[in-house]
Amino acid sequence: MDTNTVVTKETKNRIRVDYEGKLTFTDRLKKKLTTSNTWKKVLLNIFRFVLMLGVSYVILYPFFARIAGSFMTKEDVVDPTVSLIPKHFTLEIYHYLIVENHYFQALLNTTLLSLLCALIQTFIACLIGYGLAKFKFKGNKAVMLAVILTMIIPHRTLKLSLLQHFVFFDIGKVLSWDYPGIIELITGSPLHLENTYWPLVILSICGLAFKNGLYIYMMRQFFKGVPDELEESAYVDGSGVFRTFFQIILPLSIPMMITIFLFAFSWQWTDEFYTTLFFIDDRNKIYLMPDVYAAPPPSLETNYGGQSLYYSVISNTAGMMIIAPLVIVYLFCQRYLVQGIERSGLVG
Amino acid sequence: MEKQLKIPKRHASLEKRKARAGYLFVAPFLVGVILIYLPILLDSIWFSFNNINIDVVGENRVIVLLPQGFKYYTEAFTTDPQFVTKLLSGIQQLVFEVPAIIIFSLFIAVVLNQKMLGRAAFRAIFFIPVIISTGLMESINASDLMSGAAEGGIDDGSGGGGASQIISALDVELLFENMKVGGDLVKYVVSLVNNVYNIINYSGVQMLIFLAGLQSISPAIYEASEIEGATAWETFWKITFPMISPMILVNTVYTIIDSFTKKSNVTMSYISSIYSGNESKATAMSWIYFVVVILIIAIVAGIASTFIFYQRKD
Repeated sequence: MDTNTVVTKETKNRIRVDYEGKLTFTDRLKKKLTTSNTWKKVLLNIFRFVLMLGVSYVILYPFFARIAGSFMTKEDVVDPTVSLIPKHFTLEIYHYLIVENHYFQALLNTTLLSLLCALIQTFIACLIGYGLAKFKFKGNKAVMLAVILTMIIPHRTLKLSLLQHFVFFDIGKVLSWDYPGIIELITGSPLHLENTYWPLVILSICGLAFKNGLYIYMMRQFFKGVPDELEESAYVDGSGVFRTFFQIILPLSIPMMITIFLFAFSWQWTDEFYTTLFFIDDRNKIYLMPDVYAAPPPSLETNYGGQSLYYSVISNTAGMMIIAPLVIVYLFCQRYLVQGIERSGLVG
Repeated sequence: MEKQLKIPKRHASLEKRKARAGYLFVAPFLVGVILIYLPILLDSIWFSFNNINIDVVGENRVIVLLPQGFKYYTEAFTTDPQFVTKLLSGIQQLVFEVPAIIIFSLFIAVVLNQKMLGRAAFRAIFFIPVIISTGLMESINASDLMSGAAEGGIDDGSGGGGASQIISALDVELLFENMKVGGDLVKYVVSLVNNVYNIINYSGVQMLIFLAGLQSISPAIYEASEIEGATAWETFWKITFPMISPMILVNTVYTIIDSFTKKSNVTMSYISSIYSGNESKATAMSWIYFVVVILIIAIVAGIASTFIFYQRKD
């Protein structure tokens, strides 16, 4: 060691090294600021920040514009001098959407339906994902292929058949072939499940509902990353397969489950395809979110010049009211979203 | 002696028991696919060859099918005035959107993966579209005339309008004309800028998948390359890009599926406009469309898989 170097112990875990020619703090700062590398870094940071800010603006701007628009009257909508802040502040759009478009009924029903479907889908995705990831059985790969296939074939292609199969619901029956299904054998006629929650529940239980293939794939990748030793030690301790799954594996995968739940819940919440497909009866209507949006409330109907613009404002407001509860749920769950994905080990 | 004989037997039964447990775990899906999904699939194909009517016989409703052969399929190609053009423009839309979404989401994921001011807030904002840009909100975005007007821009009746007109397309066009690059490139960039809102909205899930991929790259590799003196540019192309390439394939396939099943797709919206008049014909058309898309996915996956680098694990 050089004789001019002095090492002093400042605290328990910190040492201070003084040597000949060591610059003072201000000199070191000056040196650091005058090198081009630092400036490049600072500029890059600013550029990156501004860019992110810009993209955030693009994402958030429509929401601000729509919320601002929702307080406007008909006159404000077409007034070129009004851009974001309304001249005649009013809550009539909210009022009529709630009263005439049955917002609260829709909110209640949709919450029920989405919760039910999301809980079932999350649990089923866990089950199937775990089965595919951890057990070797004949046809494991074929089942995985089937999962991917159900994701690739869009339900829009199956629309007609999907509807008929739940209007004439039977198990194991191809409608165009003439033989009785299991339910017909027992009760004599197929069940009519339109206008109930059953079609979506049945699809959820079988892991066949909207984008369930994606959930199963994500769960499978997650469980593949869980070390086998964990289960083996549980088996050695005398725990059965299912007990191991419920008491050890499930608590471990809660962040991932929250991610899946968030996806399932919000995609069911904003869903339009299934709800308009299966809820066709107008008499004993079960109001769901699409009904809030479908048509402007009768009291707000107008022949006014700016009609189409005004209707657009109404549907925007309906949209904001529909997603408001969702945004609240998202704010609570969003940190799990990235966490869950990070731990999923989707790679490999 | 008896005990020794029993040991291998019990071992085999454990294996069997585990396999049985595996079947039990996937049973809901297996039963669902065989007893519910497969009949739906078969009927969907069957209905596209038949004219379907629902008659009321006494108390019961009965489906009556009139066989039509390949009539709806040939009609889609020969007599339907719009189907082929819509199909082609649907594919065009796909070719245009997919690279844009992949590049954009990869870029944003790389940036979001770095340490920066307000990263948590940006992440929260960027994933909002994952939650709400599907289904209903998609219809609302499509029918929105207001956001553009609120900004003071004039809706030129091009239909896109609304929130997508955040940057004036005219400015971009002028900028690129001065740069004297090819006309097609200008058109592509202009349409990109016009669609920036849609592209951002549709790249949420892809961003998440890329971010997960980036997180799984070992920091040791980056450290080593830094010590060897690699620049950030080289590090990206020599390390990040190859390591993330499997995710690019997954995302490309996901984007294609997402893009052709979503409601705002040109072909899909044409098919659903036909649906209310003639369900069977619409079903036939969507099967044709499905076959086309599967072919595209197969081609893309085939090409992409030759470029993919798989890190050997274990």
